[in-house]
Amino acid sequence: MDLINQPIPWYIAGPLIAIIMLLLLLVGKNFGMSSNLRTICTALGASKTCDFFCFDWKGQRWNLLVMLGAVIGGFIAVKYLSGGNAPEINQEVINELKSLGFKSAGNNYLPLELFGTTVFSSVKGIIILLIGGVLVGFGARYAGGCTSGHAISGLSNLQLPSLIAVIGFFIGGLVMVHLIFPLIFPLIF
Amino acid sequence: MKSIVYLVIGIFFGIVMLKSEAASWFRIYEMFQFKAFHMYGIIGSALVLGVIFIQLIKRYKIKTFNREEIIFTNKNKSILRYLLGGIIFGLGWALSGSCPGPMFTLLGAGFFPVMIVILGALLGTWFYGLLKNKLPH
Repeated sequence: MDLINQPIPWYIAGPLIAIIMLLLLLVGKNFGMSSNLRTICTALGASKTCDFFCFDWKGQRWNLLVMLGAVIGGFIAVKYLSGGNAPEINQEVINELKSLGFKSAGNNYLPLELFGTTVFSSVKGIIILLIGGVLVGFGARYAGGCTSGHAISGLSNLQLPSLIAVIGFFIGGLVMVHLIFPLIFPLIF
Repeated sequence: MKSIVYLVIGIFFGIVMLKSEAASWFRIYEMFQFKAFHMYGIIGSALVLGVIFIQLIKRYKIKTFNREEIIFTNKNKSILRYLLGGIIFGLGWALSGSCPGPMFTLLGAGFFPVMIVILGALLGTWFYGLLKNKLPH
């Protein structure tokens, strides 16, 4: 049973994600995680500020349960399935990241410079994570979906809007990694 | 009873995201550097099977477990909102290394600073709601 302690290879992970999408369709729901962010906003009272949040959020309870499951799944993966070890990323990538100041590249699941607990006492680190989150939340709602809603559900259903959104994801990601990272990280670290 | 089903699907999703390393900031960075096939393999193989599943459901009019019809709604036609929204999302995806599913998985995995990303994502969603009528769609 050593297999359980190994990372899941891409050719198993991809089909499992498709099966998750299928299971949700078979229980009459759609695979899309970012709508939970809107649901939480509404549950926290955002409907007092604008119409976008005026809907019966309790109808989205099922998706909040999927989200809660995703939290528990992360816990189980690390606690019982040896998850959370450093991915074996490309050596060139490790070298590039080290030159940007990411000393933890190659030795951790996430960069300690951004996700180590010391980040709580670093104003720069907090700002980076906060801006990253704001862009994700804003962009997902503006585009009407995220990686699960567009790249998996939408493209699986051959939706042109999803293809446009995914092209957008890549334009944004490439600009961030190739143009913005070399500007910001050498200044921060 | 149904609640358990959703919870179990979520747990399954969380384990797959973490153990496939799709929730790793480093894997996202590597993907945008085109230095590994890993993430493309995950998304690509999910899509191949996903397209087949949906075609089968449509062709054979497969029903839900409750014998209800599975309805696919076409997304509204537009270019601007998907492109602009997508670009903004992509900038955040690369910077935070997490999308709206995995960010919760990372929280469960004990990477607590991801709470700042989640807080940001909630704020971003709220900002969108406030600005929605002023944005081109």
